[in-house]
Amino acid sequence: MIELENVSYTYGGGELLSDVSLQLQSGSFHFLTGPSGAGKTTLLKLCYGALLPTSGRLSAFGENVAGLDRDQMALLRRRIGVVHQDCRFLDHMTVAENVSLPLMVSGQAEAAKREDLSELLSWVGLGSRLDALPPELSGGERQRAAVARAVILSPDVVLADEPTGNVDWEMSQRLLRLLVELNRMGKTVLIATHDLSLIRAAKSHVQARVLRISQRQVQLAGADL
Amino acid sequence: MNKEIIQNLLQRDARADRVVPPTGYTAHLTLFVSGAMAFLAVFVLALSLASGRLADRWATELAGAATLRINAPADQLAAQTEAALTVLSQTPGVASARALTTEEQAALLLPWFGPDLPLDTLPIPQLIEIIEGDPGLDTAGLRLRLGAEVPGAVLDDHTRWREPLVDAAMSLRRLGWVSILLIGGATAAMVTLAANASLAANAQIIEVLRLVGARDSFIARAFVRRFTYRAFFGAVVGVLLGMTGVLLLPEASDEGGFLTGLGLRGVGWLLPALIPLLGAAVAFLATWTAASRKLKELS
Repeated sequence: MIELENVSYTYGGGELLSDVSLQLQSGSFHFLTGPSGAGKTTLLKLCYGALLPTSGRLSAFGENVAGLDRDQMALLRRRIGVVHQDCRFLDHMTVAENVSLPLMVSGQAEAAKREDLSELLSWVGLGSRLDALPPELSGGERQRAAVARAVILSPDVVLADEPTGNVDWEMSQRLLRLLVELNRMGKTVLIATHDLSLIRAAKSHVQARVLRISQRQVQLAGADL
Repeated sequence: MNKEIIQNLLQRDARADRVVPPTGYTAHLTLFVSGAMAFLAVFVLALSLASGRLADRWATELAGAATLRINAPADQLAAQTEAALTVLSQTPGVASARALTTEEQAALLLPWFGPDLPLDTLPIPQLIEIIEGDPGLDTAGLRLRLGAEVPGAVLDDHTRWREPLVDAAMSLRRLGWVSILLIGGATAAMVTLAANASLAANAQIIEVLRLVGARDSFIARAFVRRFTYRAFFGAVVGVLLGMTGVLLLPEASDEGGFLTGLGLRGVGWLLPALIPLLGAAVAFLATWTAASRKLKELS
């Protein structure tokens, strides 16, 4: 699905990631952990093409990402659902409109039927908030709406950047269950988090590989988690 | 940019249009600028068309006529007038020639001297109106003959002042068209500025749209449609106000001269209807160019 081969990324003269190799195989579930500022978000951005490697090769669905033009990059992003820590909604549009945004931009606006949106938002527990504006939602509700938006195009890969960063324990468990459920539907899931308790809690639900970023490199985490 | 893209751009998609927040100072700026420019364009168009009409009229009305002025002592005036008329009647290219009556000459001097001037006591030259036939008049040959037979005769074929007047009217018309081009250019510049400001203000929205898989063409369309429609509606209002202003201009009259003939005539009234379409086209191209450039910068 997504493969990084000896990827390095430099910004402002400093190397943020060095010689990283990583494979996200179809249907796999990964956690990416490490302290704040270690480069988790940078790695996720590389995975969905928001950043390009300074060196090394990044491929997604068999394509060299560096060789894609802007239109091809847009098509790539339709196959990768992303849940951002800050959610990134359009505040002047309702939750239903925000969640259906990927359908709209991909020319499938007519597929955004209200009953389907209602079903999807009910799945994330927001069935009654279709017409709310994003600023009216709580942190947990925003994260769940972001999950709904990330999966509405039924992407092959779901990337989540600190999805539980702004929510309480109960809500983080709820979000985790949603992401595990997506993995059971066959989606490849990568969650970047510094919350080790979330990773421990996931062990009972899913077979997950845990990767740790340390000193600009990605390693498979040991049993100390 | 092919036909399909243009059709997509012009088709309203309320949901897609909603991705860009509907308000902001750029909306008001575009409406105001396109309205003001359309208002000015109507007046420039009216001026340009009136100048063209004037140039045509002067060129056609005066081209086939000449005036012979007899400057002679009072006791010789009638004889020289008679001699001149005889010469003219024998000259090829003269369709008709007649001496103006005292009343007609007084009417010509009325605007300058007023109604109470005792013309019969003044040494006023006799004017003879000449209408040219086909083929035209050989003015050089006629001058030579008049010089020999009617010493007080001075032939004025109107060339001396007709050409500068027609040139002036044509220059005014050209100036009008240049002004219309400048108005179009200024509109394009202002819409480009407004579109750039709007794109910069909505950079985060553009980022979100890209993250969910929007192509540049989708993002550009959302902005282009908005600015095109704003420019169109602003221009419609400007044209309506401008046409109302033109309607209120005084009717053409001899007393008012050129300044009262500035209005639109006949099919000329239909031409302002093109201004909103041209305004929309200018806004369309300006926004499309600005959006394409800005989206490239933001990538």
